[in-house]
Amino acid sequence: MKCVKCGGKAVINMPHHHMGLCKEHFLAWVPEQTERFIHKYAMFTHDANILVAVSGGKDSLSLWDILHQLGYRAEGLYISLGIDGGVNYSAESLRLTGQFAAARGLKLHVVDVQAESGRSIPEWVQADLRGKGKPCSVCGLVKRHEMNRIAREFGFDVLATGHNLDDEAAVLFGNTLTWQSEYLLRQGPVLEATEGLARKVKPLCRFYEREMTAYALLRGIEYIYDECPYALGASSIQYKELLNQIEHAHPGAKHAFYLNFLRARDGGLFASRESVTPALHPCQRCQQLTSAPDLCAYCRMLKREADGPGSQR
Amino acid sequence: MVKLIYRKQEFEVRPGMALVDALKKIQVLPEGVIATRNQEVITEDEILKDGDEVKLIAVISGG
Repeated sequence: MKCVKCGGKAVINMPHHHMGLCKEHFLAWVPEQTERFIHKYAMFTHDANILVAVSGGKDSLSLWDILHQLGYRAEGLYISLGIDGGVNYSAESLRLTGQFAAARGLKLHVVDVQAESGRSIPEWVQADLRGKGKPCSVCGLVKRHEMNRIAREFGFDVLATGHNLDDEAAVLFGNTLTWQSEYLLRQGPVLEATEGLARKVKPLCRFYEREMTAYALLRGIEYIYDECPYALGASSIQYKELLNQIEHAHPGAKHAFYLNFLRARDGGLFASRESVTPALHPCQRCQQLTSAPDLCAYCRMLKREADGPGSQR
Repeated sequence: MVKLIYRKQEFEVRPGMALVDALKKIQVLPEGVIATRNQEVITEDEILKDGDEVKLIAVISGG
């Protein structure tokens, strides 16, 4: 296969874009497209102070790399989850993230979940009903809380995550299976700030996961290859595998699924935002916004822990 | 023979086959991997030669 730009040897074929690109042109194309999506969805400007949530994985480190190349002011946030899983998962991902930041002279904030909440993620999974059988659920809750807390405490304008199109399509697929209309309305490249919640953006939301893997490999970004030990059997991975089967039979299907959803949502297909968005108010403990009457889900989890056995829902 | 390595498993296919056909033979979707040979990323139409060792890097992550 030849590069559509120079006729050289292609390193990646992207049937949904009807093109293949060589290493040089692919490594230029990804940042160019990222910049295009940042503008298209009005994510942020060059004046913004950006906090990038980094996990040591290919997507978040690539995002940080791209923003740095594009000249944005982006600091990193690594949340140490305390996961070992026989592969030293958290320690190794922190090592790779620290190495990435140091090599580029970038500032990295590190938050330790155990120090902040009293327990590591594996301990919360064992201790709390929310975690039983659903470790990704409790992990997601803790990470969202900490990302929002740090973004607000340090006065960042925006929180950027490395979600790619496959991540977004998998979430969309899951929410469509169960017709979670509120979640469907909230899903998109930008989640605007509200009082108590930082603005969140996903600059990689238009790239396939395969493209981000190729980008990380071709840029020589050392990332953690091992999957999180708790992600085994996760619904999101099952959905991604299903979507890839559809993509294989119908190239461009994932791209169309996500983009047509965004158009449909913006066109008012589902419902007006006001009609389905629940009233949000500050959590009585941490002040982050919640739809619950008193405490947010994170603080309820901490309270159950403080109250001891018998306080579970 | 050509060696394919995917998720710590090794597979062998005959040389002269395109990567896309080799992936089909071992039942791996091209959409789920990036292939490297001698640490260089290759596309699915690449013809595999005798003695090649191709690493298939899984692209799906999540949870």
